[in-house]
Order: sequence, then structure tokens, then C-alpha cells
Amino acid sequence: MRLEPVTAPTLARTLGYPALAIALTVILASGLSLLAGANPFATLGLIIKGAVGSKFALLETLNRATPLIFTGLAIAVAFKAKLWNIGAEAQLYAGAVVTVLLGTGAVGLPQPFFWVVMAGGAMLAGALVLLGPVLLKTRLGVDEVVTTLLMNFIVLLFVSYLLEGPMKDPMGMGWPKSAALLREARLPRIVPGLRLHWGFGLALVSAGVVWLIQTKTTLGYEIRAVGLNKEAARFAGISVSRVLVLTALLSGGLAALAGFSEVAGLKGNLTLDLSPGFGYTGIIVAMLALLHPLGVVVSALFVAGIFVGADSMSRAAGVPSYIADILLASALLLMVLAILLTRFRVVRG
Amino acid sequence: MTAIKTEAQDVLRLTNISKSFGATKANSDINFALKKGEVIALLGENGAGKTTLMNILFGHYTPDTGTVEAFGQMLPPGKPGAALAAGIGMVHQHFTLADNLTVEENILLGTEPLWKLGLGRAAARARIVQLSQDFGLAVHLAAKVGLLSVGERQRVEILKALYRDARVLILDEPTAVLTPQETDALFVTLRKAVALGLSVIFISHKLHEVMAIASRVLVLRHGRLVGEVAVADTDKHALAEMMVGAEVAPPEIAAAQIGAPILSLRAVSVVSQGTKGGLQDIDLQLKSGQITGLAGVSGNGQAALADLLSGLIVPDQGEVEIDGRAIAQWSPRIALSNGIARIPEDRHKTGAIADFTLTENVILESFKSAQFSRRGWMNKAEADRFARHVIDTYDVRCPGPATPIRLLSGGNMQKLILGRALEPGPKVILANQPVRGLDIGAVTYVQSRLIAARDAGAAVLLISEDLDEIMGLSDVIHVISEGRLSPGFARGSKSATELGIWMAGHGFAEDAA
Repeated sequence: MRLEPVTAPTLARTLGYPALAIALTVILASGLSLLAGANPFATLGLIIKGAVGSKFALLETLNRATPLIFTGLAIAVAFKAKLWNIGAEAQLYAGAVVTVLLGTGAVGLPQPFFWVVMAGGAMLAGALVLLGPVLLKTRLGVDEVVTTLLMNFIVLLFVSYLLEGPMKDPMGMGWPKSAALLREARLPRIVPGLRLHWGFGLALVSAGVVWLIQTKTTLGYEIRAVGLNKEAARFAGISVSRVLVLTALLSGGLAALAGFSEVAGLKGNLTLDLSPGFGYTGIIVAMLALLHPLGVVVSALFVAGIFVGADSMSRAAGVPSYIADILLASALLLMVLAILLTRFRVVRG
Repeated sequence: MTAIKTEAQDVLRLTNISKSFGATKANSDINFALKKGEVIALLGENGAGKTTLMNILFGHYTPDTGTVEAFGQMLPPGKPGAALAAGIGMVHQHFTLADNLTVEENILLGTEPLWKLGLGRAAARARIVQLSQDFGLAVHLAAKVGLLSVGERQRVEILKALYRDARVLILDEPTAVLTPQETDALFVTLRKAVALGLSVIFISHKLHEVMAIASRVLVLRHGRLVGEVAVADTDKHALAEMMVGAEVAPPEIAAAQIGAPILSLRAVSVVSQGTKGGLQDIDLQLKSGQITGLAGVSGNGQAALADLLSGLIVPDQGEVEIDGRAIAQWSPRIALSNGIARIPEDRHKTGAIADFTLTENVILESFKSAQFSRRGWMNKAEADRFARHVIDTYDVRCPGPATPIRLLSGGNMQKLILGRALEPGPKVILANQPVRGLDIGAVTYVQSRLIAARDAGAAVLLISEDLDEIMGLSDVIHVISEGRLSPGFARGSKSATELGIWMAGHGFAEDAA
């Protein structure tokens, strides 16, 4: 069996395989809920209902999608340049730490500036966390997959130390958590009374900005050139290391915004469970979106909806919420396969 | 009794082989047979279908129609192991050896289960030694392959095939990487092999080698077998005509109006890297209005010289001067801003970004200029306009500027790269194998554009392995051998044979050996 490229894929081919992937994912999930002793149709219905079935559910999904949009964008930007940033988790926590440092009284500023300074500081921190690995890559050829992955553990353990030591909330009854952000440091809600904060708005704006950068600017052109063919880019006079460093700064900054938005918009303080793996899930989000920045918004909503819906379904139907992980994993694998099949044809022999 | 029958037996027979890729017919209706103890040459330009045919023979591709028969047995289509098992061995142009293993290990690799590799070595070694004596393939069995010269590696590849009991040897462009002496040694080996009853298919586009080694020549053009002649009944001229389909007319070229030197290399040395040869103490002047040809067997420092002029590497010693000023800093961007246009050797890997559109590719070297961007924002409309201009001016056949360049044929891709390079009106043009793999129409077009640029006052450096191309176009010819550069020979002052002696490394001042 071999793959031969399809030069001009038909519309049926472009849409058929992804549709098949979604259908297969649904069938797989149905089978699993049967195994768990529940009616598959009811399970799926409950997942959808839990994700978008009510105002509360929808807002919960949007809230959950917010950090995923940021980390998804971070990954999409980096992967576009073939910079394999697996460390969005670390960059997210770095952003969160700086948000807490600035937001708990280190500086005091009137409101719009306060948020700008916190977000800027967070982005800087996230960018710096990725700068080390990318310099190691451009200077010494060290594989960034390893270094960025390991940075996740280093940063998480460092945060753990901070929360047990210097940043520990003296009023926290001994729990490893930071002090709460000042009231004026908190991001306001988009609609008063509903649990959706302006972090979501910032995420949408970021996606638009990233899209503009990628399609309309020379930097975006360079990033795509380096990602598609490093050798030709270098030959044409593009400084590959400079482009990779700038890409890393942008990627790290975006991931850090997830930390900023979660702390300033949702939690109000920093704990070690701030992120249930948003940095890693961002990879799925970015891949499902084919690295397209506007697609990231859609796929982040989809992924968030499945998580939120599965949580709610689990409470109602008794099917373990782990089904969300399986759904996402199989959706990703099948979608990657489907996209391959839209571009290549399998030939026997 | 059966001896006569065996002698006339075809060891390999290909019948009605056709293979298409999309609309391209890579092979159509090819028939030929190989006899025992015979060398046949498969001649054809790049893209003529030689590689596709060999891939079908080896089961890497399934033919659309047709069959392959070896030693009277039909080979199942699309089974890569079958040809090997039937006794057909292939020596690829790009060697398939493990650098970190010894010669002996490389030869044995895959013939024995891995856990038995250590056992029974003595017998295996004796057989390798015997083979290397029989065929005149001297190699040091304990040497690591990574340390061997290209010629030695090729000998290892041949031994590898022989050790696997190959009765048919297929050599794909075997001399492209060899010096003339190594080529001679290879021919001695091939003659021994034939004397021992093996058969050889020799794939090449070098006419004189084909005439020297083969008894029959098969000529492929555009996927068709257009000729099958005995070497005794033909000559180089007739073969060339068959290969390209028409009398190859040397391009019209007027006398050069040679001007001042624009780019000079002074005592430049570049240390060789890996398999890339370096440069030793080179002095070279590229003058306005002149085509300087660089002749030589590939791998003798051409890549280093091209990389140097492209701005990809800096000299380890010596200086690059442009318009009489020594260059302090050197990079592709600086080379471009000094008016050096580059046509790279590998248009797919270096010259273009396959998934970029024509527009995106045509501005690859100039997207930061005021014409195509302002303060970091791209001017897409202007880029498209420029792309359309290049497409029209350089006769790039394509659906439009928004087409990904990977969908273009090699010739059209090269025309776009040519347009990108020539449009800014460069002072120096580095043309590295500018017509390799192009069809004859594109060849003539690219060459005439280079001549026009030279007539307009550009200094052109033409690097090519094709001596005819060099001799036809160049006003002055330098020969490069093992990183050393010969003096410049004026057009017509040296014959191909005389240049060949230089290419073989003789005549250089420091040649003590």
C-alpha cells in the first residue's frame, strides 16, 4: 500500500473524509457508552445539551474555550514555522505567575492600564520561557521538542515552590495558593451577572491579530516560508534564526495570555490546578484547526464543548467523563487521517 | 546441447511497459530485452522516464500495463523484493550505505539475520575478498564507509549487489560523481563482469561514456523508446539527436564585449564539509559582459563556490571583492543587495517553496523592498502585478499567479526563478546547472536569456557538469578539480579532451603527485 498525491481534490473528497471522521468518532463514542451501560443516543444528546443546551452551559463552554484559544493559537503560530513548541503549559503558568505578581499589589494603576500592564508582563514572561529553548535550537541545534516539554515540569515545580513559599497566601489556611488579585485587577464580565469574562473577547481579538500577522505582514510571510522550506527561505535571504526567535516570542506570549486570562478573568488567584493541561490540549486544538488561527477559535469551542458536555453528561447518565478524552483523541486521529486522505489516495501494491 | 540456447537467452525482458502519473505519461509502451553478457545503455535526458522504468523493474511502482520477466520468470508487479531475489542488483546514484558501519558490515547487512551477523564471518569475508579480486573492486573491508571516497563507496555498492548473487547489474548515472580515472576503473570492472557472464544496464546521459562501454543503446524520450541501436552503427551526434529529438544547435552567441571585473575572489579557501568538497586558494574574476564557465566533475568544489557566491557561506580564508571593495559582511541578503542574482542548482529544494504560490515565490528575494511591503505590511496587489509581469515576460506557462508552484513543470518553474533573478537587473548572475533536467525548448530559452543578460553587461558564472553546454556558452572557461581552479581558457582555445585532462586533476601548479 502506498500513498499517491491527489493533484486536484474534488469537493466530495475534501468534505467527505472529514465527515466520515466525525461519523466514526460518534459511532466509537456510542459503542463506549453502550459498554458503560447507557443509551448512546441519550449520552450524545446529554453531551450536546450539556455543552450548548442552556445559557449557563453555553457560557461555561465559552469560558472553557478561552484558554484553549490562546494555547491553540500559540501552538498554531509555532507549528506553522515548524517550531515544535510542546511547552505551552509552562508558558501559561509563567504568564499566570506574573499576572499574580503584578495584580496583587506590586503595581497599582487605573483600570485599563492595569490590565494592559498585567497582560504585557504575562506575555513577556511566556515569551522568555520559550526563548531559552529556541536559542538552544538556533545556536546549538538542540531539539526543541525535548527542551520545551521538559520546561513544563521545571516551571510547574517552580510554581509549586512559589505557592509553598514566597507567594503563599498568608490568609490561605495553609493551602498552596497565592493571594487573591486586587479587585481592580480582575477582568470584568462581558454581561454583568454571567460568568463570562473579557478574556474571551481578548482571545477572539488575538485570533484576528494572529490571522492578520500570518496573512498580511512580512513576518507572517517569513514564518510560512521558514515552515514550508527552511533551505529555500535561507537561500532567499530570510534569517531563519531571527524568524524562529520572533515566532517563539509570539507563541510564548500567546500561551501566557491563557494564564493571564484564567487568573485575572476566572480564578482570581493562582493554584497548581489552574490548568488541567490547557497547554497540551492546545496542540489538539491547533491540529484540528489545521493551524489556521480563525479555525483555532472554532476547534477550541468544539473541544471545550465536548469537555463541558461530557462533564454534565457524566453526572446525569453515569458514563465516566473520561469519554471526553477518548472522543477528542479519536476525533483528532481520525481527522488527521481524513485530512491526509483528502490530499493523498491509497494505492494498492 | 543446451549451451547455444542458454547463450541466446534473454536475462531480462520488459514488455509493453506503460505508466502514467496524472496526465503525464512517464513510460509508454516500452519493450526491450537484455542478453546475457551484454552491456546496454539507457540514454535519455532527465525526465525522459529512465528512473520510472527502473522503479517499475524493481517493483517500487506498479506499471499500468506490461510485464517484467527475469531469467524466464515473470516478476510479480509491485513487489520490491522480487527483482532482488531474481538476481537483479541496482547501484543507485545516491548510495544506500550506512556511514557508521564498516565496508564488510554494509555488504553483509540484510543478507543474514542481525543476530547472526557476527557468526560465520570468515566464510563471508573470504567470499567478499574473492569477489573484489574477480571484479577488480579494491576496498578496505574494515574501513568505516563514512570515511571512504565517493568512488570507493560505489565499489562497495557494486560488491553489495554481487554478494547478493546479482546476475544483472543496473547502474544509475554511475559516473556523475566520479573522476575520469575512477570512471575508467569502473569500466574495467564492468568489462570483467560481462566477461564473467553478467549483464549490465548502464543509465546515463553522457554520450562518450555510453559509446565507450555499451554494446547497444536504448534511447528514451518523453517516456517513449525512440531508438535502439548498436554502438557500432552509431555515433555521438546521432545519439544526441535521438535523445533531444532534433539536431542540437549550439545557441547563437555574439562576440563578448568584456568590461571591468565586477566580482573577484582573492585567494579564497573554504574547508570541505562532509561530502561537500571545499575550495583551495582560488582566484576568480567575473567580468561585465562575459560568461565564465566552470567545468568539472561534480563534487569538486562547485557546491562550495556556488554557496559562497550565494552568500550562504563565508570564505575561511581570502576575500570577496565587489566593484573593487572587499566585502566585510556576507550573507544571502547582502549578496542580493550587491546585485548578485542566483539560480540555484536544486530548484525544488533551494530555488522555490513548493506550497507557495507563484506570486509568493516570485517575491521571495524582494518581499521586504519598498515595492512589495510598507512597514511590515505586504502589498499583495503589487506582488500579483509583478508575478503577472514575470509570467508574461518569461513565458511561464501556468494557470495563474495564485497557483502553487509545485504544480508547474520543471521548465516553467525554472523560468519563474530566472525571472525573479533577472528582473532586478543584476550585475552578477550565478547560474548553477540552470538547464539540468529541462526539456530542449526550456533549455534554449534559459540559455538565450543568460546570453541576453551578458550582452546587457552582466557578469555570468555558469556552473555545469555538461562540458558541451560550458563550451557552447562560455567566453572563458575555468576547470575546477578537487577545489583547485585552473587558469581561464578563452573560448575555443581548448578542446574537450584538453579540458578533460584538467578535469581529471592534471595541469595544476601545485599538483606534485
